[in-house]
Amino acid sequence: MVYTLLSIAAFVSVFPFLWLIVGATNISSDILSGKTTPGHALFDNIVKLTQQVDLVQLFYNSTKIAVISTILTLIVASLAGYGFEIFKSKFSERVFAGLLAMLSVPFAALMIPLFVTMAQLHLINTHTAVILPTVASIFVIFYFRQASKSFPMELRDAARVDGLREWQIFLFVYMPVMRSTYAAATIITFMASWNNYLWPLIVLQTNEMKTITLAVASLLSAYVPDYGVVMVATTLATLPTLLIFFILQRQFVQGLLGSLK
Amino acid sequence: MAQSSGKTTLTGWLFTGPALMLLTFFMVYPILSSLWMSLQVGKGMNFSFGGFANMWRLTQDAVFQKALLNTLTLLVVQVPIMIALAMLLAVALNDPSLKGRALFRTAIFLPCVTSLVAYSVLFKSMFAYDGVVNRFLEALHILDQPIPWLSDTFWAKVLIILAITWRWTGYNMIFFLAALQNIEPSIYEAARIDGIPRWAQFQKITLPALIPVVLFTTVTSTIGTLQLFDEVNNITLGGPANATMTLSLYIYQLSFKFMPSFGYAATVSYVIVVLVMILSFFQFVAARDRRRP
Repeated sequence: MVYTLLSIAAFVSVFPFLWLIVGATNISSDILSGKTTPGHALFDNIVKLTQQVDLVQLFYNSTKIAVISTILTLIVASLAGYGFEIFKSKFSERVFAGLLAMLSVPFAALMIPLFVTMAQLHLINTHTAVILPTVASIFVIFYFRQASKSFPMELRDAARVDGLREWQIFLFVYMPVMRSTYAAATIITFMASWNNYLWPLIVLQTNEMKTITLAVASLLSAYVPDYGVVMVATTLATLPTLLIFFILQRQFVQGLLGSLK
Repeated sequence: MAQSSGKTTLTGWLFTGPALMLLTFFMVYPILSSLWMSLQVGKGMNFSFGGFANMWRLTQDAVFQKALLNTLTLLVVQVPIMIALAMLLAVALNDPSLKGRALFRTAIFLPCVTSLVAYSVLFKSMFAYDGVVNRFLEALHILDQPIPWLSDTFWAKVLIILAITWRWTGYNMIFFLAALQNIEPSIYEAARIDGIPRWAQFQKITLPALIPVVLFTTVTSTIGTLQLFDEVNNITLGGPANATMTLSLYIYQLSFKFMPSFGYAATVSYVIVVLVMILSFFQFVAARDRRRP
């Protein structure tokens, strides 16, 4: 019974991935009529895709945005998480509680003022506009604060006795000790950025600036989408996150669970 | 090390400063600005003060009411199904004698690496009228004729529910699995020796340990569903006949399609804020009640 349940669940979970890969080798009409066997259209689909979009540019944009926003988020959020945990005061605890309250503010409530602000700063259609609002992620700050609780205080005290300054303690003691926390946060942040859709959709307006995720969505929204082409694009867009997942599965799961501790 | 607490506090603020500055600019300010905008009427960048005109408009706006009803319907139907399924799968996977445990776990967890746009592509193509899902159900003789997933108001909602459940069940399952693994195996051992039946073990040992996770996953899923946008924008575009229109999609359409109506869109967005606040309040009460002996 248990095996039947799990097998059905596993099949349902994995089938769309097989569907995606098989779909990339078929023509659009075959995909829409439910063909589940590989076809011969893979090469044609790839050629058509490269005629419609500039793949190199799209991957460059996605990677650039994801890498920069991951690095900035990790720096800003780990500093803050460390600060809130190590230098606790009555007031800082109140500020932190305020941040947690904002964690559940839906993005839809922010996007209009953010868009107006970006327009006033003349940042519409720039990657800066995509990256900036995501850098101070409350979720990642919270994650680093929770993880900082396990940072041994004796290490910090010993470093202080040795005459290290606070920023040196952070840089040379905290960061190396917490590297698995950084690894998990990197994966979560990178994937979130790579897969982000709504905000980039609003601020990026020309094809040269768009990300691969946006390109997939716009291929799909064509009046008559060519599903073979869409499937190739989707496969390419999903490959990086799939690879990260398989290589760093343990850290990925750890990163998710970090928010619950 | 004797250090004046004033200096320590200042150092602390230097660490948290960059984050707080960014959050003030990109979070606190937009929240307040959005509230102010909700009192403005007008198109494009031309605003004038309208007082409660936008709130009045909400009561007259059939699309808004439909979006609100759809969002709440999806929430009430989808979240409990998914949480129950996630819990069930986690309990099944937690059995150490199970063969192929890691393989099952990875497979069920896999959907959550896909972007919301990518899985929208998959669902839109699999659920086409002559598509693979209808073919499969017909082959199994579950269906006599294909289901019009994308063009029927009822089935389009079902499709969105299936899609979200596919994407997030494995994700939520991981939290349940982590909680299950924190239960000492010796407790079950003792219960078994005392001859306590498995169902009673589940009720008295497993379930209480999972309640915090139920609370956590319910709240995060609820907030997620309230913000539902990517799937409906890519699979159904809110259709047919606004059957899958959600609040977030409506805000987007009001702001960035046709002539933008930022003030009114901000008002709709505050409806989501109020809903989230109400739900957070319930969560707070539930968490407090649990802590009471």
